[in-house]
Amino acid sequence: MANIIEFQNVHKSFGELKVLDDLNLHVEAGEKLALIGPSGSGKTTILRILMTLETLSSGRIIVDGDYLWHEEKGGRLVEASEAHLHKMRNGIGMVFQHFNLFPHLTAVQNIEQPQILVRKTSKIEAREKAMELLGLVGLSDKQNHFPHELSGGQQQRVAIARSLAMDPKIMLFDEVTSALDPELVDEVLNVLRRLAADSDTTMLTVTHEMHFARDFADRVLFFDKGKIVEAGKPEAIFTNPKEERTRNFLSKFITVT
Amino acid sequence: MNWSWTVAADVLPLLLGGLVVTVEATILGAAVAYVLGLFLAIMKRSHNRVLALTVYWMSEFIRRTPLLVQLYFLFYVLPDLGLFLSPLAAGVIGLGLHFSTYTSEVFRAGIDNVPNGQWEASRSLNYNPWQTWRYVILPQAIPPMIPPLANYLITMFKETPLLAAITVIELFNAANIYSNSYYKYLEPMTLVGLLFLLVSIPAAYLAMRLEKKYTVRR
Repeated sequence: MANIIEFQNVHKSFGELKVLDDLNLHVEAGEKLALIGPSGSGKTTILRILMTLETLSSGRIIVDGDYLWHEEKGGRLVEASEAHLHKMRNGIGMVFQHFNLFPHLTAVQNIEQPQILVRKTSKIEAREKAMELLGLVGLSDKQNHFPHELSGGQQQRVAIARSLAMDPKIMLFDEVTSALDPELVDEVLNVLRRLAADSDTTMLTVTHEMHFARDFADRVLFFDKGKIVEAGKPEAIFTNPKEERTRNFLSKFITVT
Repeated sequence: MNWSWTVAADVLPLLLGGLVVTVEATILGAAVAYVLGLFLAIMKRSHNRVLALTVYWMSEFIRRTPLLVQLYFLFYVLPDLGLFLSPLAAGVIGLGLHFSTYTSEVFRAGIDNVPNGQWEASRSLNYNPWQTWRYVILPQAIPPMIPPLANYLITMFKETPLLAAITVIELFNAANIYSNSYYKYLEPMTLVGLLFLLVSIPAAYLAMRLEKKYTVRR
């Protein structure tokens, strides 16, 4: 299968701090990836660079056959214009740790507004799709609730529906359960498990939930200090990690496995 | 000191005429303060450091000098430079300019208080900058701005007697002119105070109601 995402020698620093160190990464279309590792290891930065929320310091990224952060002008590769980034973002969606729902809109409005504004979908179609997606995440009865009237888990499920409504080819999940009370984590993860099983969308998730990573992913990447230390099938990584650092990291989660 | 109803009745029509000018100056001045304040706030947020700093120091300068001096400058000094303003125009510009440096802080704080995640969500959903401001940022930023902006309106209203210094015949000056001609101060000045209260108490109550109404929930 063709690669939908390619990172080529990507570096990213915040001042002195190296967050990504010569990263090379290929993701096949439809693949489900889980990015694990200690915090500060650069996992979230990968998602944020893909969503164009963060620039890269050097290197190239190709998404769906096109440079993400560069474009060709007169035979030369130059930094991407805002117009190019706008075009590239069309195929990518992201769900955030803190949901980032629009607090002044109801659940259903949160899902329909982006369709209407960005996809130019008619109001009727946008409403239909929003309701269908609310059903998918199990919140049909909450359509007219404002975010502050919903639990964290419910807000996150609305945020997932909002992202799905844009039909992205690539979906990014950034520690989507880290801000939730423990008893609300499963309702969100179960939605994602179902999504991963049912859709051919390419998905990247950064998570600290190892059980979930195992169910969700076709491939698990273990990051440390801006580098991929180890990558492989979930069974291999979780039951028989090759690298010392991976073993050390996973041993902290042993109580839950 | 005896209260004379005859004097009170005599001066009241003049005062009501002055009140109309006061309200006019307040509303026009506030309009200038709000529009200019919004632009100042946007410029202070600019990535262009020179622009942002220039605007910052300019508004510091205006805010840290007395309004009365600024009014004198607009009305008595500018004509020397060839720019003639009517008393009311100079008053409106002076009030508006002075208070725009305060309202710009309200706008700036209102915009800054919208969490960064809202900008990021808009970007990830591919809203363009106009859509982001129109549909995401301003609907969240404006409601909390309304109570402080209403309070500045009341403050400006109470500052309008300064316009007397540049010959605007607003409420206070109308009373003052009468008082100086007839040496009657008790009735005119008492009525001025009462008329100011008559407007500012309901206005303050309204501002309080707005404050309750627009408390943000997240």
